[in-house]
Amino acid sequence: MEKMRDFLRAMADGDLITWHHQKFAANYFGMTLAQVERIVLEAGLLPARYQRNRKTISIKDQAKLFRSHVAVIGCGGLGGYVIEELARIGVGRITGIDPDVFEEHNLNRQLYSTPENLGKPKVEAAYERVSKINPAVTFIPKKVSFSKMNGFDLLQGVDVVVDALDSIPVRMELAEISAELDAPMVHGAIGGWYGHVATQFPGENTLRKIYSRSVQSKGIEIDLGNPSFTPAVVASLEVSEVCKILIGHGTTLSNRKLHINLLDMEVEEIRY
Amino acid sequence: MNVTVKLFATFRTGRFAAENREYQSGTTVLDIIKELDINADDIGATLINGRHVEEDSQLNEGDTLSIFPLVGGG
Repeated sequence: MEKMRDFLRAMADGDLITWHHQKFAANYFGMTLAQVERIVLEAGLLPARYQRNRKTISIKDQAKLFRSHVAVIGCGGLGGYVIEELARIGVGRITGIDPDVFEEHNLNRQLYSTPENLGKPKVEAAYERVSKINPAVTFIPKKVSFSKMNGFDLLQGVDVVVDALDSIPVRMELAEISAELDAPMVHGAIGGWYGHVATQFPGENTLRKIYSRSVQSKGIEIDLGNPSFTPAVVASLEVSEVCKILIGHGTTLSNRKLHINLLDMEVEEIRY
Repeated sequence: MNVTVKLFATFRTGRFAAENREYQSGTTVLDIIKELDINADDIGATLINGRHVEEDSQLNEGDTLSIFPLVGGG
């Protein structure tokens, strides 16, 4: 380990370690890229891919992100963008849960859907994409339907849960399991030009309040569908919440919901 | 009494975005939902002055009632 640290320090340009050197170190010392990345960050060095993060996320915070495990429930419209952004920002472990394969009606918005991927499991496409864009990140694909029955096992050891589901009853089950596991849950939902985001910390009942009057399992999205930009906007807001929770900075949407109207460009805050 | 009613997302279609409206005292959220011909099952949230309220809540002079549709897609 000390040898590796000496090697990395010798190779560093300032405090930056290039991808080439990270790969070289992994090969030379017989380690995974993830193991090298952890050592790099803990030595106070920065993989060069994150150099444009540094004024937003310090090396210490980058190390926190890398030690974190985030679960994304649903790998479709919201989930694709959420996974992409988590992998690029450098969250070390991402579990993606989704039972579905890509279908043609996903192509207008779901980031990992392509004509070639039709029929491919969404979690498999996500795994391939994360391996391509940030091979130091570990992506754990789970091709299953999340439910109260399997949720506790699926989310063991997860630091933050991201709700990217498309069913209100399953969202409620996710909220229940997250609370049991003491894990913060970042919630996002979309339909047409509209969406909302909220964050529920252990002990809060925000999801139950948001859907207190709902007797239906779907909302306006049933009629409106979803265009390409709404999932991208809401997913990005969700990821910014995840980052703040993991690094402990800023103000989250605890006990609040942001309602977003992209048709009239209005944002409304709702307090619970 | 005067109440500002704000509608969100699809509830605006064929109605309005925000209006000052006159109601009798004792009017509830549900009364206004019915008056506006909004299907109660389509509602996600009702707020008075930015705070989450239930349908049986009564409005007071000067209140702002906001009605949001249910959103659940991913």
